[in-house]
Amino acid sequence: MIARWFHRRGWSDMVIGLPYLWLLIFFLIPFLIVVGMSFATRTSTAPPFGFGGENPLINLTGYARLFTDTLYIRAFVTSLTNAAGAMVLCLLIGYPMALGLTRVDRGWRNILLMLVILPFWTSFLLRVYAWMGLMGSNSWFNKLLTGAWNWLVPQAWDVANVPLMHTNFAVVLVMVYTYLPFMILPLYANLERLDPTLDEAAMDLGSRPFAVFRDVTLPQSIPGIIAGGMLVFIPAAGELVIPTLVGDSSAPMIGRVISDEFSSARDWPMASAVAVALLILMVGPMMIYARFDARAQARERAE
Amino acid sequence: MSEALVRIEGVSKSFGAFQAVKNVSLEIEKGEIFSLLGGSGCGKTTLLRMLAGFEAPTQGRIFIDGVDMAAVPPWERPVHMMFQSYALFPHMTVEKNIGYGLKHEAMSSADRAARVREMLDLVQLTPFATRKPHQISGGQRQRVALARALARQPKLLLLDEPLAALDKKLREHTQFELMSIQERTGVTFIVVTHDQEEAMTLSDRIAVMDQGVVRQVGRPGAVYEFPNSKFVANFLGSINAFEATVSAIGAQITVDVPALGQTVQARAVGGVSVGQSVTMALRPEKITIHRTPVEGANVLAGEIKDLAYFGKDSLYRVALPSGALVSVHAVNAARASDDERLADWYDKVWLSFDAASVLLLTD
Repeated sequence: MIARWFHRRGWSDMVIGLPYLWLLIFFLIPFLIVVGMSFATRTSTAPPFGFGGENPLINLTGYARLFTDTLYIRAFVTSLTNAAGAMVLCLLIGYPMALGLTRVDRGWRNILLMLVILPFWTSFLLRVYAWMGLMGSNSWFNKLLTGAWNWLVPQAWDVANVPLMHTNFAVVLVMVYTYLPFMILPLYANLERLDPTLDEAAMDLGSRPFAVFRDVTLPQSIPGIIAGGMLVFIPAAGELVIPTLVGDSSAPMIGRVISDEFSSARDWPMASAVAVALLILMVGPMMIYARFDARAQARERAE
Repeated sequence: MSEALVRIEGVSKSFGAFQAVKNVSLEIEKGEIFSLLGGSGCGKTTLLRMLAGFEAPTQGRIFIDGVDMAAVPPWERPVHMMFQSYALFPHMTVEKNIGYGLKHEAMSSADRAARVREMLDLVQLTPFATRKPHQISGGQRQRVALARALARQPKLLLLDEPLAALDKKLREHTQFELMSIQERTGVTFIVVTHDQEEAMTLSDRIAVMDQGVVRQVGRPGAVYEFPNSKFVANFLGSINAFEATVSAIGAQITVDVPALGQTVQARAVGGVSVGQSVTMALRPEKITIHRTPVEGANVLAGEIKDLAYFGKDSLYRVALPSGALVSVHAVNAARASDDERLADWYDKVWLSFDAASVLLLTD
């Protein structure tokens, strides 16, 4: 009886059901708690929020402040521009790398793919500290850059050192470094599946190599670009560690704001409102990605 | 005689130590359908790719319309290719696929659209113009590929196994369609195929290739009836081949065939001398099967060892007293009931054939 149940629907139901159960317990329920908290009122009790009683049941001040307080608006703008910058740079660096990976022979390809994911073998924090060491004013790297700058430009523009640390540039640089594999891998998976005879067909029909890339390779790699772009953009927009360590503390990113509201300011409802707003901002791009993915899969099934 | 459209002069191609094409020279006339026929790995596709410009010859030269192609990249050659996989652009509609090559022509967009319509009409795909390749059938995709390759009016169209991906019924139909399109457009076709029937029906001329070498070039009938080697005879259709020695040359040539245990008369040909070893070859359909003894020089007596009934014809394997097996192909012209076949298992039969049908192969 049980054996038969397992044979028929049981296994597939369980295999499909388990991840959903996981998401329900560890994602959806906590998220609903956060949404609930975002409508609460800050109190000096523990936990530091409350509903009802002397407070309103639904308090919208948190959301109102999102649109009025420039701290939040600036944080969102900084987050989105930094994440967009990192995404575009990752694409510009990652696309040629992914394309190159598809053009080398099999033996080399596996070695190069290994190198792409090699940075994950060291602690992320350690790698960010390494960047801090490189970018700091007294590092050999900064001295080298400063020397080169002072040698290239007129004397009036000379600097004591190149300001790298605690800038948005540093944040974008380290984010590009950190998230580059997330751009390369989906792009590579996409480009690797493309039929090389299509390139030959385009060439045969009169297209020079650049036109072949523009007309054939690029349009077919859009699902890969979108997947890679989302995988970089979404975590980059909510990034906390990188801007905290190398960023400009006067222009914080949204992750830093959420963290500060929760811990030092102990304003949980406000922190929750910011988190919900960030999620809503991210849902848009994720839906675009899901739509492209569904369409690509439908096409594959038809073939 | 006019200058050939394609002249291949002593072309060789090596991939590392492997020599895919060995010193091939061919001339292909304007307006003909020319087939490169051979098994897999014979170099036919490599030769085609060299014509398209995807591979450069290691040695030798290729001229198209009198121009040396050595320094001409694929995108500048007056040659288009229909790929075996069709290589349609999956993200473009049928219309866009067909019009793709026209983007590089200096023509107005109205002219371009008119040309696309004309091509859609030629391959009868007008109702499918706005579909994507994955939304049409295999046969339709094949026609899109053909229309795309013909749209820019190439001087030469290369077709790589054009019918291989189609099922049998569709293949026959498409064969005739290809021929009629070729006739209407007047474009020279070079077809690569491993299918001898396809090559025979489509082509004006065939080049039979083996291990990178062209073994024989000629009209289908000439290559079939007068193969110059055992390989070609075997590759195009089937053949009975036996080792033989020339024993006398007169009005006819007499060869002694030990495997048959007797001599055979063949039509006189040049290039053989008494005592020379040759291969005596005979097509199965050139042999007549009799149930009663017949008189004549080229008669063999034997017993039916095996038979295969195909409906319109039958294949018999006849065992001779010497132990040799001879294949005979006979058309089932008379409508026989089951118990009165032309011949049955273990029947004693007599085989006869003309001296003119006997091939003497020295290679």
